Formats: sequence, structure tokens, C-alpha cells
Amino acid sequence: MNLHEYQAKQLLREFGLNTPRGIVVEDPTHAELAATGYLGGEAWVVKAQIHSGGRGKAGGVRLVKSVAALHEAAADLLGKRLVTVQNAPEGQHVGQLLVEETLDIARELYLSLVLDRETERVVVIASSMGGMEIEEVAQTRPDQILRESCDPVLGLQPFQCRNLAFELGLPTAQIADFTRMLTALYELFTQSDLILLEINPLIVTRDDRIVALDCKMMVDDNALGRQKKLLDMRDDSQVDSKEIAAQQAGLNYIALDGEIGCLVNGAGLAMATMDLIQLHGAKPANFLDVGGSATAQTVASALKIILSDDKVKAVLVNIFGGIARCDIIAEGIISAIREVGVSVPVIVRLEGTNVALGKEKLAASGLAVITADDLTDAARRAVAAVKGAAA
Amino acid sequence: MSILVDKNTTVICQGFTGKQGTFHSEQAAAYGTRMAGGVTPGKGGQRHLDLPVFNTMREAVRATGAQASVIYVPANYAADSIMEAADAGIALIVCITEGIPVRDMLNVKAAMRANGAKLIGPNCPGVITPGECKIGIMPGFIHQRGKIGIVSRSGTLTYEAVHQTTQLGLGQSTCVGIGGDPIKGLDFIDCLALFEADDETAAIILVGEIGGTREEEAAEYIRQHVTKPVAAYIAGRTAPVGKRMGHAGAIMAAGSGSADMKMRALADAGVTVAASPADMGRAVMQALQR
Repeated sequence: MNLHEYQAKQLLREFGLNTPRGIVVEDPTHAELAATGYLGGEAWVVKAQIHSGGRGKAGGVRLVKSVAALHEAAADLLGKRLVTVQNAPEGQHVGQLLVEETLDIARELYLSLVLDRETERVVVIASSMGGMEIEEVAQTRPDQILRESCDPVLGLQPFQCRNLAFELGLPTAQIADFTRMLTALYELFTQSDLILLEINPLIVTRDDRIVALDCKMMVDDNALGRQKKLLDMRDDSQVDSKEIAAQQAGLNYIALDGEIGCLVNGAGLAMATMDLIQLHGAKPANFLDVGGSATAQTVASALKIILSDDKVKAVLVNIFGGIARCDIIAEGIISAIREVGVSVPVIVRLEGTNVALGKEKLAASGLAVITADDLTDAARRAVAAVKGAAA
Repeated sequence: MSILVDKNTTVICQGFTGKQGTFHSEQAAAYGTRMAGGVTPGKGGQRHLDLPVFNTMREAVRATGAQASVIYVPANYAADSIMEAADAGIALIVCITEGIPVRDMLNVKAAMRANGAKLIGPNCPGVITPGECKIGIMPGFIHQRGKIGIVSRSGTLTYEAVHQTTQLGLGQSTCVGIGGDPIKGLDFIDCLALFEADDETAAIILVGEIGGTREEEAAEYIRQHVTKPVAAYIAGRTAPVGKRMGHAGAIMAAGSGSADMKMRALADAGVTVAASPADMGRAVMQALQR
């Protein structure tokens, strides 16, 4: 789960880090009040709060130098869908803005903590090339990337913080401050079950303060059960509405832009089914894993979600019945189709436990379900169904 | 021979009296697995499925001498169960549980490095040596004893590979579902080494998916150390960048972890790569004939 920048900064402050002073607003008048009544000064930064990087280039972060300009920027951004390189083409809804004071920047650094699956450790990454995308720095200036790997038992050690601080060229007076700050960040990272914490840029101000100018955090979805405070920060407006509905039904769904809806059991097989559709010349409309125990109910919810996408011109159901029996799944498909009322072709491939009985039930239902013999046959029939619809 | 488990493996079920533990212990016993009993804290001394229930793994191992355990404990407690099994001297721990927080797994891995026990999973279907020992949730009847070793990150795709090799009459020596989580126990390389050393395994199917670089590392390992034919399939060519595809480990970062990169690395290492999930069986047949 992603957090908004303002939420991430709130957590940073709770752990004793400096952030610019700022206020979250939801309408332009409040933005004005925040600037004149609380922040003061003559210039402010207006930042659209969406779960996506690349906001700056998309016009979602604006420096304004008058109250009128602030009002105009706020009015322009609020309520619109901001399209970035990361969330194109749909973009994401801007419901909140963070209005912040401006600071005099002497240096821009990069700092992140990330869970590194290769070493199975939390790794701190730092660079003196702040403000740039770290992937770009890694490619063009790999010598500018500093890393410290943390032993999960011992945690981040002070010497590792000093390694980074000196290599970043921080003045001696700031070494202790940086070490305290980084130690706190490691605590925040582990206590909050984060999988990514990125501060880019981390700035040094002209009056020698170290301040987090921007911050991105990702929480481990598996840990949300014990991170109630973070769970309360969830913002469903940032996620595709079909994905939310799927989550509520206990399904794994991701919207894509093709025309064949997929209903599959198992994440790996669901991905493989998408690949198979592409291999045979069409595009999948979604990723959908109904889970190991596909019941009539989950199949029905899944079909509803798939069909709520009007790009879908056919549905491919691909189930390998292991513990779940094919005849039970067939009953699920039949009652789901009857309940939902499907107007596009449905192709079903069943394999595994009680497959013959399952196919018999589908045939006897009188529904216009196309049964496929195997994986390849299923993909061919689904692709033929959409190509036929297009012709 | 086979790898990891055979007809002599005795198994303790952790989370024995729960719904999952009960159902799959029954299935495993019916398949012929030597189930020695189970652990549910607070229910020690009772009998369940006509087998003894213990309060702790330490008691269970002392009483039964079991070498393996299988875990069906809920996600918030599963990491503790893995460490309990390792501490009790279990040599092979199979964790089926899905959704364990990654921080817990970091700690588990650190604890296990010092212990030496083998972990399969979490978030996996388990391990099976057809006809001898089934530990996990896979449907036993699709398997057939034979000569293909299967190692896979995905449950249902393992079943596809099993089904295809059974249909072709090749059968399986042992199938290991290593699981879909980013931080896990045995990985491709560990299983490749075991299959390479196993007399009964004539060829290997590796089923990977997007995310991480373990398939690339496996390719390098195959190039240097594996003499047996290997076939592979990688799921997720059509997956979008940055989205988590069901499995916690199946997320592609910009510039790494893509299916195409993994397929190329494997093909370059001499692996027969199937473009379609329907062709895993045919690919290993081809690899055997090359």
C-alpha cells in the first residue's frame, strides 16, 4: 500500500525528522488561509497528493509567488485527474494538496531504505545527486550510489551512518545529526513494516538544517493487519474502482487494457493465461486470481467485476481444479452466468479433479458456454471470439 | 531416488487441528505420507485424525522423531512456527501459509542461516515425491512417478507442468513448489543442485515468473553446474511494470525482473524455453532429445 506524501512526512516528524512546514487542504480558499494565516512568507509550494511519482514533470508540483497564483494553482489542480508517466493514461484523482513553505536549498541529496530481495536485507541507498531519479543515477553515475546493508538481527549501526555521512561530504558538524536521523529512519522502516522509504531530495538548507523535501513510503500489504494506524491512511480514490471491488470480494484483480477478460485460479496460472492470450494475437483485459478455493460466490463476484469493464468482448475462464473440484466450479460458473447475465462469449477450460463431470454439467446447462479441450484450444477460441466480434 | 522427501519421511503438522491442517493432513495420510501427528498449542494430549496432538514442536519431535513439518498456521503466527520447527531439530520445514509479513521472513531467514534446517515456502503448494510422500496442498492424483524434476514459484502452474509430463508419460521424480514470496526458503539453485545429484531425475522443468533475479541466477548456475537437460517457462510477459501480480514476489521494477530478460538468460544458458504455458511438457521432451 502506498502512502501520500503528507502522510509519510507526518510519520517522519513523529520520528524526529525535519520536514518543511505545510498544511493539507481540499479547497483553494483553505490553501490561501494556510499560506497567509499559518505558513507566512511570500512564496509557497503546492503539491498534488496522488500515489504516483513523476508529479513534478506532470505539473503537479508548483512554486507560486503570490496568493492569487496560489489560489489559481489550487483551483486548477483540485478535482482533476493528474496524468504522470507512471499512471498514464488514466491518471489519478487529486483530492488533496499539500501547501508548504519554501526553503533555501544549499545541497540536494538522495536517501532511501529499501527491502532488497537479493540480499534479504534492508539496504540504505544514498547519493549526493539528489532530485534526480535514482534509476537514472544508477545508470549514468554508478559511482555516485552509496549503499549500506543492514543485518536484520543487529539493525543499522552508527558506523554505517557515518560511512554514508562522510562519503556524502556532509560537514563534521552535521555528522551526529545525520546519524541520529538515519537511525530513526531505520526504526520507522522496521516498526511500520515498510518495504520502501524514499526521501528525494533530502536537502541541506543554507542555515545548515537537514530536511526531507519529498517522501515516498510503501507499506507491506501482508503487514496491514498489525499496522492499524497505517491502514487508516489508505486512500481508495487512488486505486482503480474495480480493483477495490475485487479486494472486498477477496480476489486479486488488476485492470489492463485488452479485450479478453480472464478468470483464473492461482496467480502464476493467471499470468500465464494473459501471456497465452497475447501469444495467440489478442490482449488480456485483466489479471484475476480467484484463489485456491473457487466457489460459486467468488466466481460470480469475479465475473461481475470483469464484465463491469466495457472493453471486455469475451471471457476466458481457466481453472485447474486441484483441491477445488471441477464439478463444483462448473456449478459456480453456471449460477454466476445466470445471475449476472452475460452477453459476451464465455470460453471455459477446466482441468483436474472431476473434470468430466464438470464439463457434463456445463454442457447440460443449456448456456452458450464454449468449452475448450486444453490451454491452447481455450486461447484460440477466446481470440477467435473477439476477432469475430470485431469483424 | 528422489529429492527432499521419500517413503521414509515422517511428518508433523503445525496448525494440525485447524480447518486447513485437518483437511490436508487427511489427504496426505490417504496418499501414503507418514503423518506422525501434529501440534496445536493447548491441545496437547488429545488425538486428532487418530494421531497424537502435542503442545510444542519440541515435544512432538521427542515423541515421534519426525524429520519434516508442514505449516498451516495463520500468517501472523507462521514465522514463529517456522522458527519453532527449526529449533526442535526438524530438517525440512514446509510452510504453506500465504501472506507472512516480509519483516518476519527477514528474521526467520537470519535465524535459519545459523540453524541449517531447510525451508520450503512460504506461500507455496509444498513438495511431493509421487507415490511416496506428499507434503502440501497439491492434488496427488495428477502426479505419476517418473523422471522429471519440477521446481516452480507458482502453485497452479506446477500442476500444469505435472499434468503435461504425466500426459506425455514422463512422470515426475519430485516436484518442489518454492513459493511466490520475495523472501523464501529453498530457491531455484538449491533445487537444481539437488536434482542434478539425483539418479532418478533425467531432466528438469523450471517454472519462474516476473520479479527479482533468481531465474537469471539459476541460468548462470545451470550454465556452470547442471549437465541434465532443463526446460523452463516464465509467466508474466504481459504483466505491467510496478504492479503486484497476486504473488507478493511478482512485481516488476523498472529495468529488471521482466519475463523476457529471464527467458533470454535461460535460453542463453542452453535451457529449452517454452513460449506458452501449454508447452512445458513438450519443451522438456525436446530438451531430453537434444
